[in-house]
Amino acid sequence: MTTSLEAAQQIVEKFSMYVTAQPREFRGEITLELDRHKINEVCLFARDTLKFDFLVDISGVDNLNTPLEVKGRFELVYELYSYSHRIHLRLKVRIPEEKPLVSTVSDIWKTADWHEREVYDMLGIKFDQHPDLRRILMWDGYPYYPLRKDFPLAGKTTDLPEVAFSKPAPLEGGPFVTEPGHDLVHEREPRAKTFEEVKE
Amino acid sequence: MTTHFTTQEIESPDNATKVANAFESSADILGEKMILNMGPQHPSTHGVLRLVLELDGERVTRCTPDIGYLHRGDEKIAENMTYTQFIPYTDRLDYLAPLANNVAYALAVEKLMGWDVPERTKIIRVISCEMARISSHFLGIGAMALDLGAMTVFLYTFTEREKIYNLSELLTGARFTTSYTRIGGLSRDLHVDFIPALKSFIGQLPPKIDEIDNLLSRNKIFVDRTKDLGVISKSDAISYGITGPCLRASGIDFDLRKAHPYLGYENYEFDVPIGSVGDCYDRYMCRLEEMRQSHKIIVQALKRLDSFGGDTNSDPAQFPIFVPDAKSVPPGKDLVLSKMEELIHHFILSTEGIDAPEGEIYFGAENPKGELGFYINSRKGGTPHRLKIRAPSFVNLSILPHLAKGHLVSDLTAILGSLDFVMGECDR
Repeated sequence: MTTSLEAAQQIVEKFSMYVTAQPREFRGEITLELDRHKINEVCLFARDTLKFDFLVDISGVDNLNTPLEVKGRFELVYELYSYSHRIHLRLKVRIPEEKPLVSTVSDIWKTADWHEREVYDMLGIKFDQHPDLRRILMWDGYPYYPLRKDFPLAGKTTDLPEVAFSKPAPLEGGPFVTEPGHDLVHEREPRAKTFEEVKE
Repeated sequence: MTTHFTTQEIESPDNATKVANAFESSADILGEKMILNMGPQHPSTHGVLRLVLELDGERVTRCTPDIGYLHRGDEKIAENMTYTQFIPYTDRLDYLAPLANNVAYALAVEKLMGWDVPERTKIIRVISCEMARISSHFLGIGAMALDLGAMTVFLYTFTEREKIYNLSELLTGARFTTSYTRIGGLSRDLHVDFIPALKSFIGQLPPKIDEIDNLLSRNKIFVDRTKDLGVISKSDAISYGITGPCLRASGIDFDLRKAHPYLGYENYEFDVPIGSVGDCYDRYMCRLEEMRQSHKIIVQALKRLDSFGGDTNSDPAQFPIFVPDAKSVPPGKDLVLSKMEELIHHFILSTEGIDAPEGEIYFGAENPKGELGFYINSRKGGTPHRLKIRAPSFVNLSILPHLAKGHLVSDLTAILGSLDFVMGECDR
């Protein structure tokens, strides 16, 4: 019976050169930060030796304009689970904005195929050796990465007028994105109308 | 504790796999292939799923799913609102089991906060989760049967679902978009009429499930169209990350309610049905049996509720439904209107949201479709820095290109029906 922490320690021992932060615990979950160049080897070791046979999820995080940005703008978070030991482990790699490329793990867990396509679609992180790296939720040819922090909530116009999104979404009834500081309501609140507009 | 199954077994390929292998080894002797679009508007794709099929006659040689038609950017929206404001969006994930999504999301945020909700809330949440499971499986089985030509079952299951919607209206005020949970509690306690109505529904449920069982399980047409079709092997199920009834149908004994009990599921006695072959028929059988187990859980939950306030909460002071944290849970309306402190808390909670600590968590709950997980990356404050939804339908669908190969086009409807996905959750 191995615990999450012991599993993390085994990775630290085997790949001590490539561990960028010691395992830390929060709410009973262990997170281990690694160098992005070794993620494929670490995952293979985790699956075959530590029996993490289930890749639960891959999430991408954008750290634009946060203190963490200096270590690399993007984070990739791998949630692993072991059916035989019933333990969970989180692996994390940091990816710089200049070269958002990391090797795929879809050869280790087939489920990673679609997860990585989604990360690519939403954040623009590319996966080396991925068998079929296309957009998955947005359509082929969409020019932006919508989950990046510098992409506005209202959307951006595309240069494909006949396709879709030829103007920003109106946000009517959508989430309130008001910011204090503007004087005029109709400037900070997109669905607010001026007196003249209401009169017409 | 270790599990006793192995994924390395001698597997004799089923017919479809044999055909698929034959295609791969003899690609050049086949005739011209045809490309066929199935969907996005097709009755058996249950929503807006488009499949690009490459056909050799009636056989599928390649299947490329095209998803994203229902993409609304829920994760982006979540980054721009407080945790509480996001609850209604979870209704629209798996819109066939909104109550279960509400509970899963609330539990994820509560894990981030480090809260443990009161026992009464847990019991009510268990009841709503299992109601959602019964409702979702009724639709899953009914729609699958409809796709295979058994219209009657569909009508029977929808009659039962209607009753669950009425119960859901009594419980939450809405039939479809329930938004029932709050972070740290529930939107309201049980309605006076709810428990009697639930009891009468529960009383007549087992014969209704048996009725479906009688109509389908030994029906020659249904069995012929589902047995040995769309076989998912154990190793494939794990590698593709399949969860929920589809995983258990492949013979893997894994249920988050048993493996990592939440909401006090360890106090309930229930079985986890597992299949042996992993074909469409096993997936149907697993769902059918899960409904019986859910019925069993609700009966036990009703009994447990008696010792925690009973039908209408005899003593709200002794059996609260919110965590005892005055600064983080919404105060009662009477207090907001009469007390200064509560008014301030109400204002802060509505504008800034709960005061979440810095950290990251992943929480997965056993939803009707599989493991619905939330990864929350918090940088302090009332809004998440990143909220990732691990949707079971998305992951379960990713096996389709592998699964469809070698099957007839008409069998694809059986496979799609047995995978029981919801595009609202898949596309988010």
